[in-house]
Formats: sequence, structure tokens, C-alpha cells
Amino acid sequence: MATTETMTINMGPQHPSTHGVLQLVLELDGETVVKATPHIGFLHRGTEKIAEHRTYHQVIPLTDRLDYLAPMHNNLGYCLAVEKLLGITDAIPERAQTIRVIMAELTRLKSHLVWLATHALDIGAMTVFIYCFREREEIIDIYEKVSGARMTSSYMRVGGVAADLPDGMEKQIRDFVNEMPRHIDTYEGLLTGNKIWQKRIMGVGRITAEKAIDIGLSGPAVRGSGVDWDLRRDNPYCGYENYDFKVAVEQDCDTWARYRVRLTEMRESCKIIRQALDRLEPGPVLADAPKVCLPPKKDVVNTIEGLIHHFKIISEGFKPEAGEIYQGVENPKGEVGYYLISDGSPKPYRMKVRPASFVNLQALPQMVEGSLIADAVAIIGTLDVVLGEIDR
Amino acid sequence: MSEHAAIAKLKGKFPDSILDVVEFRGETSAIVKKDEIVAICSFLKNDEGYNFLTDLCGVDYLGKTPRFMVVYHLYNVTTHERLRLKVPVEESDPTVDTVSGVWATANWHERECWDLMGVSFNNHPDLRRILLPADWEGHPLRKDYPLQGPDREPYQGRLS
Repeated sequence: MATTETMTINMGPQHPSTHGVLQLVLELDGETVVKATPHIGFLHRGTEKIAEHRTYHQVIPLTDRLDYLAPMHNNLGYCLAVEKLLGITDAIPERAQTIRVIMAELTRLKSHLVWLATHALDIGAMTVFIYCFREREEIIDIYEKVSGARMTSSYMRVGGVAADLPDGMEKQIRDFVNEMPRHIDTYEGLLTGNKIWQKRIMGVGRITAEKAIDIGLSGPAVRGSGVDWDLRRDNPYCGYENYDFKVAVEQDCDTWARYRVRLTEMRESCKIIRQALDRLEPGPVLADAPKVCLPPKKDVVNTIEGLIHHFKIISEGFKPEAGEIYQGVENPKGEVGYYLISDGSPKPYRMKVRPASFVNLQALPQMVEGSLIADAVAIIGTLDVVLGEIDR
Repeated sequence: MSEHAAIAKLKGKFPDSILDVVEFRGETSAIVKKDEIVAICSFLKNDEGYNFLTDLCGVDYLGKTPRFMVVYHLYNVTTHERLRLKVPVEESDPTVDTVSGVWATANWHERECWDLMGVSFNNHPDLRRILLPADWEGHPLRKDYPLQGPDREPYQGRLS
């Protein structure tokens, strides 16, 4: 008598659609996925352990390397967490807050551009990839001029940002966000009405709102399931409550819905950046907290106080009072949070990163199981995971 | 600051299990006994609306007793309130009952906690190492685990 049996295959860690080093062990019945088991940890660098041996300032570069597609957002979450621990949240100057919002939203655009590029590429739409990376390059240029680095920016500081925007930057950002909606129209022109694109993502990777919350999905992934929740609006930071923007929510619970959510978010980000540029007033970009914030270089070389503060902060660091706090921010991929415990020493006693991608990836098996192997590729794309953040 | 609304109800429902309540920078942490953690979490989820488990992790307070704490970060998606639960865990018996039956998301968080901190979870459906290889020895986030890894000379240069 003829019998059939399932076949187990490896997808990754060197598979192009796994966006890094994700290994999926798929049990297949024909082309249908019966069971999917993600194996992670190939990129584990022990960030949390290293952080326990660094001063609070020295941890900032480590955060760049978590979600390396959205470095400034990781910097921001960490700096907000340390500021909360120190109790100086209200002392951050207005200009620093606004610059943070501008850079955070540019980062969201940058991250979503990579998501759209690779998501479409995985499904077979190559042209979109080229267009998205063209626009991403412009954001990287802005990154480079502002922070000196294309990817690992380390631009945010405890108390503000590392440096003011260079001359002409406001115009460059404004020109970019004025052009950007037209580019988004181009992507939509290539994809939204495209029958193949629709067939590949409509109804694929369904997850109900209740299940999405249970498994811990956050960010665009949960908003595609009809959950109206955005930390920028609901637990605001950096003055997000003063900006007028719409939280994108779609009810279809599938990959199509998440695609719509992210595209709307990109348009909303342009709107937020424009509002931020309008309210950008001259002023300091670092809080007046000499025990915490590095003094300007001219003070270091010209005044004895500046020299002493610089020396103390670099050699010893600052000592927050003992306590523990959690600060979550709305990363492009979902809620990224930092849980910091201070024991009164200049180094964090414990730093736990709440990674968005790690938790979102956990939903993969239940979204993939029962669907075709080709849909698995679409579902990895729609979850928008970054392995640097998963493995930490 | 007034007391967190859920804490008052928790105190009424589980009077013997709440060991301490700490307020810091407007955040509330409740230290609770580990025996009733599943009942407490179910109560907070079903009756108080804390339907989202943001994070779960272990902390090593080497030199103190009990040595470990397992920390739960709860979030209410409707009211946008946060609550932190901390569960003391003895070094002699580093186990806690799993809450993966309450929130499915706890599954991987608990695996990570076991992997890096060495606190295991009773009745967990799939308690394997998650970030480190299956044959790894030791739990790196413990404070007595050397930064450079085991069997290596400690780094002699400057760390900061």
C-alpha cells in the first residue's frame, strides 16, 4: 500500500529570504508546511552581559548594533531609559526633542524602505528593491552628515543629541520629505494594483487580534490585525503628543493589511517630520546637567570646570540613584524597551532589552503552519525581523 | 503618588502573596511570592486587563538571598498602563511555574531566561536553550560567569 510521509528541510541560516541568519526547520507534507521551528542565536553577541561592564555612555554604541536597520531608534530608547532612571526627562531641551523626533521618523522611513524592498524582492518584484534603496541612500546621506556614520550612528546622548544639525540640513530633510510621498506613490503603482502581488499576500499569514496580543506582536504587525495601539500616541515620549498624525490600523489581519499599515506609516512619518521642521527653534541640544552630559569641547579646553566634568564623565561615568525603570519606544518593528536596574554605581547592574523582532518572530510558526512553503517567505518578510535584534 | 489600582485589588485577592510594593519614577513594582505567580498572572490578565506581557527576564542579585528575581512586565493594551511583577527565586531551587499558559508570548522569554540566567520553568512546553548552542555549559548572565567566558584569562586591559 502506498504511504506518504512528511519531509523535513532546512531553510536558512544562509537562505536569502531569511534576512540574516535565521534557520527554519520546516516539516513539509508536499508543499504544505506542517510544522515550522525557528532556530536563532547565530548572531548572539552578549550585548546585555557586555553592558553590565560598561558605563552608561559606553552602552550607546552597543544599542546601534541591535536593530541595525533602525540604529537611531535604539539609541533613543536607551537614552530615554537612562534619562528616566536619572530623573532628568523634563530637562531635555526643546530643540533636542524635535531633532530626536525628526531622526526617529527618518529612521522609521529607512527601516520600512528596507522592509518593502526585501519583502517585494523575496516575492519576486525586483524593481521595487532598486527604487527603495535609492531613497534609503538619501536617508543614509542625511545620517552621515548628522552623525558621521551611515549605519552605526550613536547620535543620541543621555540628555539630548551629540551635535546640532549641520548647516543646510533642515532644507535637505525638508526637500527629502517633500519628495518622499511621490516615491511612495511609485512603489504603490508597482505593487498595490498588481494582481500577482495581491495574490501572493492577500489572506496569507492571518493572525487574529486576540492571538496577536497573546503571542506578543507589537508595532505594525499587531496594527495589521486591527489593534489600535501605538506607543507614540498612547505612552508618548519626546513630545509626540504634540504632533498631529494618524495611527495606521487595518482590519484584514493578513500580510496585505500589514503592507497597507506600513505604507500609511511612511506617509505619516513624512507628515511628522514636516511638523517637526516647522517648530525647530534655535537652542541648546543637550540638557544643562553637567554631571551627566559631556560639556562642549570649547569649555573642555578653556575652563577648569569643563575639563573636570569631561574627565569625570569619561573616566568614571555618572551614578544614577539605585532603582529600576522600563522605557518602551515605538520602533519601526514594534515595541523596543529597555529595562535598567541601577545599584548606584556608574554601570548598569542589569540591562534587559525587550526586542521587537524576537517576540514578533515567535508568531511565525502559528502563521506559517498550514500554508504553502512559498507563503513562508512572504510571512518572514511581513514580520520584518532583524536578526541583530533577535539574537542581541 | 496614589497607589496603582491593580495593586489594591491584588492585595485584596492575594493578601499573603504580596511581599512588597515599590514606587520609583512613577513605575510600580510588586514583589510577589512565586507559589501563586500563575494565579496572580491569570487574575491580572482576566480581571484587570493586563493582556500583554511585554517582557520577562531574570536578574541575578549575587550575594543576596534570595539570589534571583524573575521580572514580569505587564501592559494593558486598552488603558495603556504598565505593571511590574518581581518574583524572588532561591538559588537552591531556581524554578518558577511557567506563565506560558497565561500569555503564549512567555514561551520564548522563559526559554531565554533559562538559557542565559539558569532559572527554569515548571510545566514549560518546550524548555530548550534558545540563543546559545544546546551543549553550552553555564548561564552567561549570572554575575559569577566571567565576561570573557570560562577557562580564559581575565582581560587585563581597561574596560572603561
